[in-house]
Amino acid sequence: MFSFCTDPSLLETNRWLACYLTTPKHMSLWYSFGTVLLLLAITAPTALVFGFGGATAARSRFLPLRWLGKGYISVVRGVPEIAFFLFFVIALDQGFEYIRHLLFCPDWNEPIRQGNDFLVCPEAKLPLSTAPQWIHEVYGFLTAIFTFAIVFGAFSANVLYGAMRAVPKGQIETAEAYGMDRRQTFWRITVRQMWVYALPGLSNLWMVLIKSTPLLFLLGVEDIVYWARELGGSKNPRFTDYPHGDWRLEYFLGLLIFYLLFTRLSEWVLRRITARLSKGQATLGAMS
Amino acid sequence: MSCLETIQDYALRSIGIGERLLPKENITLCEQATLIGSGLIWNVYFAVLALIIGFFIAVTVALGKNSRNALLSRICDVFILIFRGSPLFIQFFLAYFIFLRLKQMGVVTWLTSAQAGALVVLVLNTAAYSAEIFYGALRSVPKGDIEAADAYGITGVPRFRRIILPSMLRLAWPGYTNEAIFLFQATTLVFFTGFPTWRQQGDALYYANYFAIKTFNPFVPYPILALYFILLSLVIIGLFGLANARLNKHLPQTPRLKVRPRILR
Repeated sequence: MFSFCTDPSLLETNRWLACYLTTPKHMSLWYSFGTVLLLLAITAPTALVFGFGGATAARSRFLPLRWLGKGYISVVRGVPEIAFFLFFVIALDQGFEYIRHLLFCPDWNEPIRQGNDFLVCPEAKLPLSTAPQWIHEVYGFLTAIFTFAIVFGAFSANVLYGAMRAVPKGQIETAEAYGMDRRQTFWRITVRQMWVYALPGLSNLWMVLIKSTPLLFLLGVEDIVYWARELGGSKNPRFTDYPHGDWRLEYFLGLLIFYLLFTRLSEWVLRRITARLSKGQATLGAMS
Repeated sequence: MSCLETIQDYALRSIGIGERLLPKENITLCEQATLIGSGLIWNVYFAVLALIIGFFIAVTVALGKNSRNALLSRICDVFILIFRGSPLFIQFFLAYFIFLRLKQMGVVTWLTSAQAGALVVLVLNTAAYSAEIFYGALRSVPKGDIEAADAYGITGVPRFRRIILPSMLRLAWPGYTNEAIFLFQATTLVFFTGFPTWRQQGDALYYANYFAIKTFNPFVPYPILALYFILLSLVIIGLFGLANARLNKHLPQTPRLKVRPRILR
């Protein structure tokens, strides 16, 4: 990257490090921080939508729908989420492929599961085996996002469900007294008022979401954990201009510090948002 | 092969007793259920030991954070912040590489195994989370309790052991139950970080993952795992409920232990 990087073995420490940290492989590491942020940016709103759906379903007057909502919340809550991640990555992939298989190859008559194999017709493969590498990576990333959204959707459904019930009864009764029907009351009063009650739970969830991003590694995405392991391992002078011993300790220390700073920053921002949203609400937070 | 034989072969496989080779072909439901159940031994081992050791550290750290000594209080706070502010997953990795380096330096050689090294991480992690719970409870111990103790002339260690500690535990118990369930589920991370499995002796998730990859069918092993975990979580809730009843024995009405499990770290 820098002009003085032509022969790294001659450089003194600072310049060597400057060159070392800007090799193309390290650029992939820096980009993967972007991947993590992108995941957070997409997952948080998606999970909130899933959560809203789940919470509304759990409140529904239609019994099967209520079971569906409550089942969604409680099953995801009772099982280690890492198991869910490992499960959904394969399950979603096979689910999509199976649907495409039914659509594209209706006259395929061999069974899908043969012994230890899962076989669909070539046209139903996702992504197609002819697709370029980057499509495979994007597809992997999208399944990961979907998995995160399902799991965190259940957590936020739980929070929103509680928040909807925490909206003071008086406000709902007032709405009814003004002649609003159930739907109007829900959209105009409950949904507007629930956020201040949901905020502590959602803040907590956001912190949890940040701290679960390293699990991307288990989903096969080339994220910061992947690159830290890759780059930190000892490098032989025969294969690289920048030989070094086992530096994985230093790399993971870096990751730990990154997460510590990130959670500290989030905490500070969330405190400000809470203070702001509590203004004018009849809660303890607003009065103090 | 009947299911009974399978159980004989694989029930203790995760600690190295029984058949050495894992099933490779024509994997039956029984084999999956037995091996995944066998892996639970490790989850229970990690959870129970970490919880017991972590409890004592947590109480100490909570007291330290509450101490009037500014330096001590700050140190305890930083300890809590580090372990609560970073992902457990990264903590496992970092700890493993630290232990690896210690081993290379020839200082402590036995910490690179999962049984010891991962346990250390889990102990410290649960200690930090529980310390925060205990600290919150310590701050809300009723003032009247302490004044009554003073009036009776109970001071120092007896005052802490007989007055403050029971009140603190009583207040912290629902949160602590949550933490225990949490910790139990967090034990599944151990073999997915740097820590190596020795002779394929892994935990429940390790075997579930093994079967999912071997059969390429996640719809059997993971639900089995989920069932085991839900059952064991209920056992934890039951045990902590008993302890809760004992802690609240003197009250006219035992407040029901309300547990809202969940939220990973």
